[in-house]
Amino acid sequence: MNSLSLAVRDSHTMLRRNLLHAWRYPSATLNLLLTPIMMLLLFVYIFGDVMSAGIAGGGADRSDYIAYIVPGILLMTVGSTVIGAAVYVSMDMTEGLIARFRTMAVYRGSVVVGHVVGSVLQSVASVVLVGAVGVAIGFRSTDATALEWLAAFGLIALFALALTWIAVGMGMASPNPEAASNMAMPLILLPLISSAFIPAGTMPGWFRPIAEYQPFTPAIETLRGLLLGTEIGHNGWLALAWCVGLIALGYRWSTAQFNRDPM
Amino acid sequence: MPSSVMPTSRQGDGHLSTTAISAVGLRKSYGEKLVLDGIDLHIPAGSVFALLGPNGAGKTTAVKILSTLIAADAGELHVGGHDVAADPQAVRAAIGVTGQFSAVDGLITGEENMLLMADLHHLCKREGRRVAAELLERFDLVDAAKKPVSTYSGGMKRRLDLAMTLVGSPRIIFLDEPTTGLDPRSRHNMWAIIRGLVSDGVTVFLTTQYLDEADELADRIAVLNDGKIVAEGTAEELKRLVPGGHVRLRFTDPTAYQSAADALREVTRDDQALSLSIPSDGSQRELRSILDWLDSVGVEADELTVHTPDLDDVFFALTSGGNVPHQPQKDAR
Ligand SMILES: Nc1ncnc2c1ncn2[C@@H]1O[C@H](COP(=O)(O)OP(=O)(O)OP(=O)(O)O)[C@@H](O)[C@H]1O
Ligand SMILES: [Mg+2]
Repeated sequence: MNSLSLAVRDSHTMLRRNLLHAWRYPSATLNLLLTPIMMLLLFVYIFGDVMSAGIAGGGADRSDYIAYIVPGILLMTVGSTVIGAAVYVSMDMTEGLIARFRTMAVYRGSVVVGHVVGSVLQSVASVVLVGAVGVAIGFRSTDATALEWLAAFGLIALFALALTWIAVGMGMASPNPEAASNMAMPLILLPLISSAFIPAGTMPGWFRPIAEYQPFTPAIETLRGLLLGTEIGHNGWLALAWCVGLIALGYRWSTAQFNRDPM
Repeated sequence: MPSSVMPTSRQGDGHLSTTAISAVGLRKSYGEKLVLDGIDLHIPAGSVFALLGPNGAGKTTAVKILSTLIAADAGELHVGGHDVAADPQAVRAAIGVTGQFSAVDGLITGEENMLLMADLHHLCKREGRRVAAELLERFDLVDAAKKPVSTYSGGMKRRLDLAMTLVGSPRIIFLDEPTTGLDPRSRHNMWAIIRGLVSDGVTVFLTTQYLDEADELADRIAVLNDGKIVAEGTAEELKRLVPGGHVRLRFTDPTAYQSAADALREVTRDDQALSLSIPSDGSQRELRSILDWLDSVGVEADELTVHTPDLDDVFFALTSGGNVPHQPQKDAR
């Protein structure tokens, strides 16, 4: 076998190990879905009447607000799931098993690749589950074409990949799982100050640029545009730039830490 | 990305070297703290080498460096004929490592751990299953094979750890304190397994706190202290390095004790325990002369024990700045 097929084979082995963990301990993954689902139900059924007054220049009803909020909730789900990845990576790195892998003739990057691919797959599965809840309470896309659905799916996967690389870096930088969980906290807080729940335009002027240009808002606006036909504008490029930037940063950060001598 | 996988064929100067592990001038410090200060090792293929040393001597550090886990600051290091710094991936293909702390996946079962190792050694599915089953059997883990490793006892984890190390049939094995935490039976089983490996021609580098373990298993022993190898040789050679052989006489009757102590010269008295130690190499001739002396002064000891120096004596003498702690009771050998 050449080195590429060895790299693929070892990465696949590591991925299977990660998925086996997720399969054996589903509650670890499912717990991470609670926050976005609670947020969805809370904002729709408890705050819904007030919130819907803020969109579409007022006069929107509950189903309009569901349509508005679901894209943001889906990307919040990604943020929540990758917090789990940060905790998991930090747990794994402190285990002796990783030291064993390092003394074996396996492809060095396979451990990291296994974590990254595993986390992206989990994020996508989580988004599908939360999306199903959204559909159950009445979310419908307004005549999105097959191509738009595909693009929406691709955007979610790319966004998951970007946040995952950052989360893996955080997991490696943390001395223990608690620290990893704290460090990754912004990944679930950022959606709260994005256009997920209310349009950025309704926020105070000084705060608006922060809300508009942080990574979640362009991605949410793009997803909204793909599923609901709203204006995407420059948000598509912004979202893409954020994803590529975060992937590059997270990749450099994670591999640099992984290749350092372990303590 | 990290370095790619290297071919595992033996390289170098064409012939199979008979040295499995060699180190010249191995140095390592953590920040200000110098842990290994120029270590030289030469371990022939097929032998068992034991590294002894007090806590914090740097044994684990030496294992980590030789097994490519961390980099040395300086030194020429070769393992399995490969340069550790230049070609770590080739070294990794030749070795198996059981570290001091357990390196098993607690979230999955013992069998899954074994199959994971088989996959990482690129065994085919059938071969992987066969090897896993055989090793689980050999390490007495068949009953526990389908249970999550987090439910294993410490000793079971330790056995699984070693079983995982053996999956790729490595020719050179590093064992960092392989029997710490094992009960006496498991310890003897582990020794039997290690002897079995050696009879298959495997080279074993082990560290241990148990001196009898080194005595039992090792062809050569090195004592590490303060970052330096302070003594190296066979167990017998090391024992010859320290004085410490003596004959101990114990009395129950204080007057007998007193007259013996007065009659015999060159004795160390222990008035509390009513016992006397006489330096001796334990030879028949010396014993007879001591007995003759006792007869001639007409005292009778209640108990006579012969002590030859053991590795404990060597250890204490070499690793604590020459301060041999007082050891009142020791079994005769
Ligand atoms: N990652 C590290 N950072 C700083 N110092 C370290 C590190 N690892 C080990 N040391 C120090 O290096 C010295 C040697 O440690 P090492 O673990 O090699 O000892 P050891 O001989 O294996 O001890 P033990 O018998 O307790 O296992 C110790 O003083 C330890 O504090
Ligand atoms: Mg140690």
